[in-house]
Amino acid sequence: MLMHLPVLIILAPLLGAPLAALMRGSNWPWLLATLICWFSLLCSILLLMQVNSQGEVIYIMGGWEAPWGIEYRLDFANALLLVLITGLASVVLPYARLSVEQEVGEERSPLFYAALLLLILGLCGITATGDAFNVFVFLEVSSLATYTLIAMGRDRRALTASFTYLIMGTIGATFYLIGVGFLYVMTGTLNMADLAERLPAISDSSTVRTAFAFIVTGICLKLALFPLHLWLPNAYTYSPSAVTAFLAATATKVAVYVLIRFVFTIFGVDFSFGMEPLAEVLIPLSVIGILSASTVSVTQPNIKRMLAYSSVAQIGYIVLGLAMGTAMGLTAALLHMFNHGLMKGALFMVMGAVAYRMGGTEIYDMKGLAKTMPLTFWAFVLGGLSLIGVPLTVGFVSKWHLILAALELGWWPIVIVILAGSMLAVLYIGRVIEAGFFGQPADTTRREAPMGMLVPLWILVIANIWFGIDTRLTVDIAVAAAAQLMAGGVAL
Amino acid sequence: MTANTALLLTLIVPLLGSVLIGLTGRWPNLRETVTLITAISLFALVIRVLMGLNAGEAIGVELVTVISGVPIAFNTEPLSILFAMIASGLWIVTSVYAIGYMRGTNEINQTRFYVCFALALFGAMGVAFSANLLTLFIFYEVLTLSTYPLVTHKGDDKAKAGGRTYLAILMTTSMVFLLPAIIWTYVAAGTLDFVPGGILQGNLAAGSATLLLLLFLFGVAKAAVMPVHRWLPAAMVAPTPVSALLHAVAVVKAGVFTLIKVVVYIFGTDYLAEVPYESIAVYLAGFTVIAASCVALRQTNIKRLLAYSTIGQLGYIVMATMALAPFSEIGAAIHIAAHAFGKITLFFTAGAIYVASKKTEISQLNGIGWRMPYTMAAFAVGALSMIGVPPTAGFVSKWFIIAGAFQLDNYFVLVVLIISTALNAAYFLPIIFNAFFKAEDVTPVKDHGEAPVNMVMALSFTAMLTILFFFFNGPVLDLETQIVGGMP
Repeated sequence: MLMHLPVLIILAPLLGAPLAALMRGSNWPWLLATLICWFSLLCSILLLMQVNSQGEVIYIMGGWEAPWGIEYRLDFANALLLVLITGLASVVLPYARLSVEQEVGEERSPLFYAALLLLILGLCGITATGDAFNVFVFLEVSSLATYTLIAMGRDRRALTASFTYLIMGTIGATFYLIGVGFLYVMTGTLNMADLAERLPAISDSSTVRTAFAFIVTGICLKLALFPLHLWLPNAYTYSPSAVTAFLAATATKVAVYVLIRFVFTIFGVDFSFGMEPLAEVLIPLSVIGILSASTVSVTQPNIKRMLAYSSVAQIGYIVLGLAMGTAMGLTAALLHMFNHGLMKGALFMVMGAVAYRMGGTEIYDMKGLAKTMPLTFWAFVLGGLSLIGVPLTVGFVSKWHLILAALELGWWPIVIVILAGSMLAVLYIGRVIEAGFFGQPADTTRREAPMGMLVPLWILVIANIWFGIDTRLTVDIAVAAAAQLMAGGVAL
Repeated sequence: MTANTALLLTLIVPLLGSVLIGLTGRWPNLRETVTLITAISLFALVIRVLMGLNAGEAIGVELVTVISGVPIAFNTEPLSILFAMIASGLWIVTSVYAIGYMRGTNEINQTRFYVCFALALFGAMGVAFSANLLTLFIFYEVLTLSTYPLVTHKGDDKAKAGGRTYLAILMTTSMVFLLPAIIWTYVAAGTLDFVPGGILQGNLAAGSATLLLLLFLFGVAKAAVMPVHRWLPAAMVAPTPVSALLHAVAVVKAGVFTLIKVVVYIFGTDYLAEVPYESIAVYLAGFTVIAASCVALRQTNIKRLLAYSTIGQLGYIVMATMALAPFSEIGAAIHIAAHAFGKITLFFTAGAIYVASKKTEISQLNGIGWRMPYTMAAFAVGALSMIGVPPTAGFVSKWFIIAGAFQLDNYFVLVVLIISTALNAAYFLPIIFNAFFKAEDVTPVKDHGEAPVNMVMALSFTAMLTILFFFFNGPVLDLETQIVGGMP
């Protein structure tokens, strides 16, 4: 059983999805999906422990050895990401029941949970696999599930948001596929480890360089790097609350992971940073992304949309970290991947609770929230402080390492950009807190969100503080993962 | 109880106190009892730590490691114990005073007020006892965030605007200047521990050190060196007990305390003396002293006048710290205590006047001395201490700062002190004179006397402390000479 952990993470949701679709009502499919997520979380924690003791876990799918078959290859980076995905899913699903009942309706609930399971399956698959084409397959699975989920939003604008994402996402996936095709032509393999072995010899060819450009651009579309982020704000704003919370916390992170995998493991640091101008392209874009998206956040009247723009900025931080091309920068990127998942998950769950009780997520819906929904409000305050990067929260740990990485390189202007970004976060979080604290609500009766939403929400909030104080798990793994990746993905 | 247990408890007790205060909010008398018990036990614990320090016990507690090599850790040394004693000791007095003030003015949300107050003390204790810069930074931010609800306590537009300035300046400076300064120190020295003699010697090029010093100087905006001082007048919208304990003692002293720590234990005075253009810091602080006093001259509101006076007095401490003479370091440390006693008295009197008569402007104080003799006598004591006239606490620290100026032949410091003394006299003495020797302009609507008795007790007590410190400063002096390695 322990041997088969990598495939169990994929199989459980794969089997669960059609079952959920066949069920009636909203409670049974919900229960099934929740149990599957908890099972997956257990599997991924066990996997992380295995990786911790062995350095690398290789699973050969169906007994067909690579390069003919598909192998799953887990090291620190993707094992940590699997814990994040399944962990977030395990927290979001219990929360989803009431929210989905209200926003999606009982009739469509089975389909909703089936799609959500497929999304989880896709994300886990992308993360776990060691095969470049397999990544594309799972990318499509998760994307199709995402389009469906976004379209289930209450607002009719969810449909156009979903359609925009469909177009952009398909372009991204196609670019990725073209790039992988070129690589296959040149090397005759799709296995990542083999690719990494064969590419250095032929890396000077224009085909490989073109492949690199296609792959990086395609993935950057999926991870919503400025200026390829245009699909994201609407998708996050109009999709059901539970979907937004899960997507914001995990989907873009998985795309970032694929980028990291290609840049560091497959093409290697020497090629990506030495022969290709990766840093020269990504750093300016992420800097502009951080500053412009944060600035746009400050004036958004809809808080879900504000947080969506903030996500674009935060992705900028992650890409900035990996584009530094140093072990410390990569550590910061991996840390922020995990930490940003925690904070955005918590904040979007707050917005879900607000939408549940107030019927909207505009800033005037948040007025006087300290009186009407105090526990929800304080969760927002703590999540917001984490986003700003106040000490004792995960945001501080990320920021510290990111600044440390920039200072190691002596990049003072980058330090200033990072700090300016968190100042803008003070502004856009601050105005919501001020509205919640001092605003006068239209209806002053106390109507706290139901326990079913509060408990998962607060679990994430506490995780934000826990991993901000006890950083052994996250920092140690990020450091180990960065060391592995810098060494070209070879187990140390 | 070992000194280490006591050290940990100095953090746990105020935190636990704030929870208990929140839980007992429905019963005001019980709630206030909890506040007082928390304050008294906190002071007792700090005394226990002091006894441990004097007995030479090894004191140091390490909790979790947040950043590799830099744990959240606490220890103590002469400077930190002084700051902790002042903050916790004066918390008892302020609590007695606050109960009278909050009930006398029928403030709203009193439970939130006491909860945040205890949290602020938690922050102050953490700052005082932190063993490295990271721990200090964490609690520095706790102090900022926990005092924000106190500044905006009234909840009206004025309070909101004040709170915005307060948070904007303190957060911006700490994140944009202080945090990079700390990380830079970490990159250069590989550690953030407070070590006598500093950790930067030989690890940082002298030219970079100038920039680092400035980052610290402006990053620690709680020390209110111009131009990052605007948050302090803005904070005056808070209820007076907050201004008295937090914005005359705990918060602002946390600022200058941090700067002294950085100078003595991070840079080390010897290394800092070699840093080119180090004297910029002295000039900036000197400018702050004079400019703040000039602004104070033109103030019409009592609390705003006191705020600018505080900025000036903090400038003394920063200037003395940056002057780098052994005597002036001692003077800076002692002025933390001396100014605390005097300024808390002044704020207490301002609050007492407000509660008794609803007066907030200086021009309204004519003849008030005969209605509130104890209060105005205490005001006079506090004001004399600000000017630095014997027999008050302010004279002692000024003596040492001037001695330090002569040690280095630093006449800039000397001239600043002389001008500032004159300016302080110019804005404080007329108030005292008018209060006692001018007739009241109009008979007040309410024929009032003194404020409630516990307020008068509190302010008389701190006024007495201000005088007693002049005569009995031996123990404090002995303690603080240790930071420069014995009496020079």
